[in-house]
Formats: sequence, structure tokens, C-alpha cells
Amino acid sequence: MSVDAAIVTRIAHLARIRLSEGEVLPLAGELNAIIGWIEQLGEVDTTGVEPMTAVIPNLLRWRDDVVTDGAVRDKVLANAPAAEMGFFAVPKVID
Amino acid sequence: MTGETNMNDLAGSGPGGPLGSDALTGLTIAAMRDGLRARNFSAHELAEAHIAAVEAARVLNAFIVETPGHARAAAAAADAALASGTAGPLAGIPLGIKDLFATVGVQTTAASKILEGFVPQYESTVTAKLFGDGAGMLGKLNMDQFAMGSSNETSAFGNVVSPWRAGGSNRPLVPGGSSGGSAAAVSARLVAGATGTDTGGSIRQPAAFTGISGIKPTYGRCSRWGVVAFASSLDQAGPMARDVRDCAILLQSMSGFDPKDSTSLDVAVPDFEAALTGDMRGKRVGVPREYRLDGMDAGVAAAWDQGLAWLKDAGAEIVDVSLPHTKYALPAYYIIAPAEASSNLARYDGVRYGLRVAPDGGSLDAMYEATRAAGFGPEVKRRIMVGTYVLSAGFYDAYYQQAQKVRTLIARDFAAVWDQCDVLLTPTAPSAAFAAGDKADPLEMYLNDVFTVPSSLAGLPAMSVPSGLSATGLPLGLQVIGRPLDEAGVLNAGFALERAAGFTARPDRWW
Repeated sequence: MSVDAAIVTRIAHLARIRLSEGEVLPLAGELNAIIGWIEQLGEVDTTGVEPMTAVIPNLLRWRDDVVTDGAVRDKVLANAPAAEMGFFAVPKVID
Repeated sequence: MTGETNMNDLAGSGPGGPLGSDALTGLTIAAMRDGLRARNFSAHELAEAHIAAVEAARVLNAFIVETPGHARAAAAAADAALASGTAGPLAGIPLGIKDLFATVGVQTTAASKILEGFVPQYESTVTAKLFGDGAGMLGKLNMDQFAMGSSNETSAFGNVVSPWRAGGSNRPLVPGGSSGGSAAAVSARLVAGATGTDTGGSIRQPAAFTGISGIKPTYGRCSRWGVVAFASSLDQAGPMARDVRDCAILLQSMSGFDPKDSTSLDVAVPDFEAALTGDMRGKRVGVPREYRLDGMDAGVAAAWDQGLAWLKDAGAEIVDVSLPHTKYALPAYYIIAPAEASSNLARYDGVRYGLRVAPDGGSLDAMYEATRAAGFGPEVKRRIMVGTYVLSAGFYDAYYQQAQKVRTLIARDFAAVWDQCDVLLTPTAPSAAFAAGDKADPLEMYLNDVFTVPSSLAGLPAMSVPSGLSATGLPLGLQVIGRPLDEAGVLNAGFALERAAGFTARPDRWW
């Protein structure tokens, strides 16, 4: 599988990273080298092998269904690039 | 090279006369702890000596933010606690904190422009534990951006320069990465110890490059709460310090169950320092044959053989073992880690914190794309792109799913060898430190993680201990890998190596 400019552009959009035109081809070359190298994994016989989910066996714990925090609105908003009236502010999303 | 400062050197050495700055900053944490309790010096004097050392070493670029106020406040509290007999185990110990740990009120950036100016409103569990035990913070340590790198050349705040130089050369060397600021600061005697994090070798490789010790504990031993996420199934915090005992002391404080991290292990934390006997009698040390690479650096191979001989002298039995899937660990890692990173780093969207770049009249999508284009460095973008690609429709099974199956096989390889041995000994890195710019090809840089990545994929505790110097006078490290939750066994094998190696080399001060 070769990574071309169209694929790089599509992946960049999926990742929400704007690329300048000059960035696309160099990235395609780098991604091809990296993807080409990781493709050697295809030669490993993994028939019947379960994919790793937890590297150290651990159970997800239950906790009591109670409120454990809150009343931290100002802390949550403290680092917002734009906050208005107690909310995060973003560019208009609905016409 | 000059010898390690010890307690006998205290009188009259250093520019400040008795108890001068060099005398204090050269001490180990254990010696600081004992000296503070014996009132040989105060926590205030200890903090001031370190603050001066940090200020004098800015050319190393080890810190993104210096926090002398935090160190001084902790020292004042420590002196009061020492006087009243209520001092915690780390009272007055001045540490550096990798800039991946959220520190309340102090900028935390993961060395990325996208988080420049971000001031956490909460403290990471690990730093809260260290500070709760009395430690102070000298500053936030530089690192590879989002911990993605093996040479500290991806930081948005500039490269960290290693305090080490090759014999007869002034060429700047890398301190390793991603915890390169931590490694440089500990090695240059700017901090008594430091926190690091390790996803594929980011504690162990920089420790090896700078002649210090560092341990990545078992996945789940230290809480990840408040640590900026890179690859969540691999990320682990751990200490970096001048010797194995200091690593044990710091790890003791950093470890323990945390309900705020769902992968934190609810198991007892043993007394790591008490486990340091150096006695390896009855222990079997495995030598994985797949780590003996073709064309291996002769100095690295010799250091490895020497390490095995030392452990044998300490009473261990050396056994050859096989980890057959070793060669697939790196490619599996470079699928899994970028995949997790592409998901984790989706949170940097310019809405809730960090950088926002909003083109005039642009849509929300345009804001996301412009923000992330301006905020992430090239290596971070590269890994997000690789991760997005391997997770995208049509490729998920061939890449990500296959990598997770190979990860299972790698973990099984390790599980199988624990029937034959108690710890494994390998080199930490394939070479000594290289110069900045020497590995411009991303793939070539990735290959530097060849010895550290497999144990990361298996979640195992592993540490690097300095064993000697290369032909050009640069530190080489040996890696000890242990069973799940056997940090005590790893530290003790490291302690045996350290005693045999008698490594006292430190960088000549040129800064």
C-alpha cells in the first residue's frame, strides 16, 4: 500500500491538521517509509491469537453512584482561549 | 572526570567554602536525607545550592519553567518539620518535574506550543505524593514534545543539551529522550532527582545516555492521573536519579493505588529500599539471544558481557533464553503508540485550553485544523498521521488489530521466560549518546528504542543502570527487566550491577 498525496490530504483532514501544499509530498514520503517498515508485521502468524487488551490483568472497578466533585466551573474555564457567560465560546456552528 | 562528591568532601569544597553549592548538589538523595536529619545542613541551604546550580546551567536548556519559589517554600516547611520531628521521607529534597505532569498553578506544556500558557488547576497524583512527602520542585523539565522522541530534539522550547561531551570534542550531544531534561538535570547535578515518564524507553534511554539510573515500573504501579497522555496503554511514570537507592526512595513515594486512574493497580507497595542487598545468590539472570544484534556496537556488547560477569560474581546463575518475537516489537509499537496518540491528542482542539488559531470568518473545523497545524510540532503531526492512517477504515484489521495480536505474542514470550529466570539483562540502548542532528530520518531515530520497547509492550518493570564509559568517554547503560510487579527484584539486580561497576564518572562542568 503506497501513501500518495491524496491519501495524505485525506488523513490530514481526518486528523484535523491543516497541511500547506509544500508539506504534503514530504509527509507522503515519510509515511511511506514508516508504513512500509511496519508492514513486516504481516509475516507473523497470529491465527487464534487474541489482541492485547490489558497488559497487566486488572478489573475495572465499580464505585458508588454518587457525586464526587462539582462546583468547579471557573477552574474548568480558567484555561479556555475564549469563555463567555460561564461557557466555552467557539466560532458560529449553526447558520 | 571527577569523582562523586561524598560526605567526606563536604568541608571546604565548592565555591561557597564549607557547604558550598557543589558539595550539596553532589550528594545523593539518601545522603541529603541523612545530612538534613543530622543537621549538617538545612533544607534552605540545600534548596539555595540547587537554585543557584539551575540558574548557572541555563545553557543546557533543561528547564522550561524554573520554580525557585516552590523549592524555597518546600525547604522552609521541611526545616520546620525537621525541627519538630514531623518531616516526611522526602523533606527538603529538591526535585525536577518533567513537563508532562500537571502541576497546580505552574505552566504545563508537554513541551508543545499547543499547551503554551496552560496552567493546571489540579496536581497530578505522582507530584502530589512527592510534594506530600516533603519534596520541593525546582522547575518543569524540558522533554520531547508530547514525549515523542528519543533525543529531545522535538521540544517546542528548544533542544536539551547533554552535560556530557565526547573526549576531545565540544560537539553538543543529545541527552536522549523523551525525558531528556530530567536526565540532563540529574546528571549535571541541578536536581537531586527527577520524575520521568516512559512509553517505549523514555526513562531508560536518557538515563543510559547521561550516566544516571532510572526505572520504569510495572504498568499500573504509578498513577497516570494528571500526566499528559501519549499512549495510554504504555505510559508509566518513574524516577530518574543518580543511583539505584535514590530511584528506590523516589519510586516508594510515587507508587500506589489511585482510584482516579482506572488502570492503577490496587496492590501493596513493598519497601523498595529495604530490598537493596546486592545479593544475587539463587537468582537466575536471563540473556535473551535475540538482543544480540548483528553488527552490534563492540563497546555495548562488551559492557553487556561485563554486566553478566558482575551478576555472576554476585552469585547469580546466567541462563540463555529466547524471546522469539523481539524483532516485531518495534513495528508493533510504532503502530500502537501512534494509534493511541492520534486518539488522545484529539482533545487539543482550541476550545477548552491551550492554543486557538481561528481564521477570520472560518468554521469550527477551520479553527480545529488551523489550531492543530500551528500548535503541534512535525514529529507529533507525523505520529498523529500514522495513527490516524492505521486506525482508518479498511486498515484497522491489517495494522492496529495485527499489532495488538503481536503485542500478545511479545507478552507471552516474556511470560514464558520467567520459568527460566528471575530477571533479564540487556543493553539499554544500541549506542552511547549521539550528536544533535545525527539522526534526521524518523525511522532511524525509532530504531534507537530497540531494547526498551519490548518490555514496554509487555508492561514490565525495567531499569537502566550506568555500567561504564564508551571508548569516547560517554556513559553506557545496562537494562534489567523483571517480572510484573517485581520492581524490588529489578532494583536489587541494578544495585548489584551498580556496586560492581563502581561508576563514579560525571560530566566535566563546561557550562
